[in-house]
Amino acid sequence: MPEAMVLTWRQYRLERRMFWRNPSAAFFNFVLPLLFLVAGGAILHGNQSQLNKLVPAIAGMSVMSTTFTALAYNIVFLRERGVLKRIRGTPLPTGSYLGGVAANAVTNTALQLAIVILAGRVAFGIGWPKEWLELVVFVLAGVVCLASLGVAFAHVIPNFESTAAYVNAVFLPVVFVSFYAFDAAGAPEFVRNVADALPLKPLIDGLYGAMVTGTGLGDNLDALAVIGLWGVFGVWLAVRGFTWEQRRG
Amino acid sequence: MNANAIEVRDLHKRYGEHEAVRGIDIEVRRGEVFGLLGPNGAGKTTTVEILEGYRERTSGEVSVLGYDPARRQIELRRRIGIVLQSGGIYSLLTPREALAHWASFYPRPRDVEEVLELSGLAEQADMRSRKLSGGQQRRLDLALALVGDPELMFLDEPTTGFDPKARHGAWETVRRLKQLGKTVVLTTHYLDEAQALADRVAIVKDGRVLAIGPPRELGVGGTRYRVAYRDGSGELIEYQTDDPTRLLNELTGAALARGEQVRELSVGRPTLEDVYLELTADA
Repeated sequence: MPEAMVLTWRQYRLERRMFWRNPSAAFFNFVLPLLFLVAGGAILHGNQSQLNKLVPAIAGMSVMSTTFTALAYNIVFLRERGVLKRIRGTPLPTGSYLGGVAANAVTNTALQLAIVILAGRVAFGIGWPKEWLELVVFVLAGVVCLASLGVAFAHVIPNFESTAAYVNAVFLPVVFVSFYAFDAAGAPEFVRNVADALPLKPLIDGLYGAMVTGTGLGDNLDALAVIGLWGVFGVWLAVRGFTWEQRRG
Repeated sequence: MNANAIEVRDLHKRYGEHEAVRGIDIEVRRGEVFGLLGPNGAGKTTTVEILEGYRERTSGEVSVLGYDPARRQIELRRRIGIVLQSGGIYSLLTPREALAHWASFYPRPRDVEEVLELSGLAEQADMRSRKLSGGQQRRLDLALALVGDPELMFLDEPTTGFDPKARHGAWETVRRLKQLGKTVVLTTHYLDEAQALADRVAIVKDGRVLAIGPPRELGVGGTRYRVAYRDGSGELIEYQTDDPTRLLNELTGAALARGEQVRELSVGRPTLEDVYLELTADA
């Protein structure tokens, strides 16, 4: 379907143009991971083994914020403002529209990861990633998984005003638990079990292997399986509950 | 090709216990402006959203330009334009950018510059849409529906919340759509709007069509006249008659014989408002 591809591309370019016109979105996308890196780097200064863990952890968080958080926000906003309903009334194929929206989010993921990887090389002494294939596989799996979970989560959020509360109620605990379990060897077993069952910690494990230690894909298949299972669940939920309109009443 | 743009037979729509549409029959001819008039909650929007393909009907037959809208075929969506009551716009784009993007969805779009001109947005063409006034945003709604050059346009309460000047501007645009040969389906709860714009009107209440026809002919019984005057004692008298000539002759003859005036005499057809109020009054 070449025509659908052309329309997907046009939608993607439009989404990019709108992204750059929204200064606060652009700021959060590029400055926030840098701030986390700078703050973490200042605290952990001189402790290379800690810096080795900081960079992939921030990279994992970047994947989650550019997909899960950004898409949950976007979908709720577009739904409540009636943009989705209007698009639905045009001949633009649904796949082209959602493809353009998703590709926009993935572009931001790629840009953020590039910033984090570059910072790791230039300022944090962890060099270039050691396992590029593993990096690409984990990032792709993480993107599909967390993007679909973000779209699915949008179904739960009743209106735009409460989006920040809903998203942070998930994002912040997941980040805290995952960072804690990833970093602290002495974390309680219960916390580690929870973190290992959620998608972010396995993603960070995979990124750590790819970016720092160079343990190959084969050593992180468990982590990849957890992400994959969440991904299947997320895609199923995202498609099943998708609503184009504000709920009435 | 069918002479009617839209055919609806015995349409029903049920939401759980509530039956929003209870057996509606409508035909909309090609090239006409068809008004769906009724109080809030009458089933107008539900009916129109079934025609637009947003909702699935519970039962009944529906044909829009020969298609079943519930199947959501892309071929049908290329030929219709929809102006929603609260369609969101991309606030970060200019009208020119939004129209160029929308135009790319359609096989034979209208020229963007022409649509800007037609919808009265030429001066705002390069402003971010969030800076447009409410009325200008509604004009952009219309422009976005028009840019694909559809044969059939749906306008859902296009002037709700407009001041009188903006309303008359929107009315002019609807008349221009008709001149362009478009078929227009308009929902409204304003009587004057239906009277001013629609070739034919269906009055809808409680999910049923109560009356259908050209606004001027939508009388109860069709031809009844209303004759009113004030008699010698100052009391207001009102008659309804099918034969005003005879009634007036008798009235004026009797008054002349008594040497009285027939004061405040008026002869009128029932307006759409009379018909509407009579039909939609709660029994």
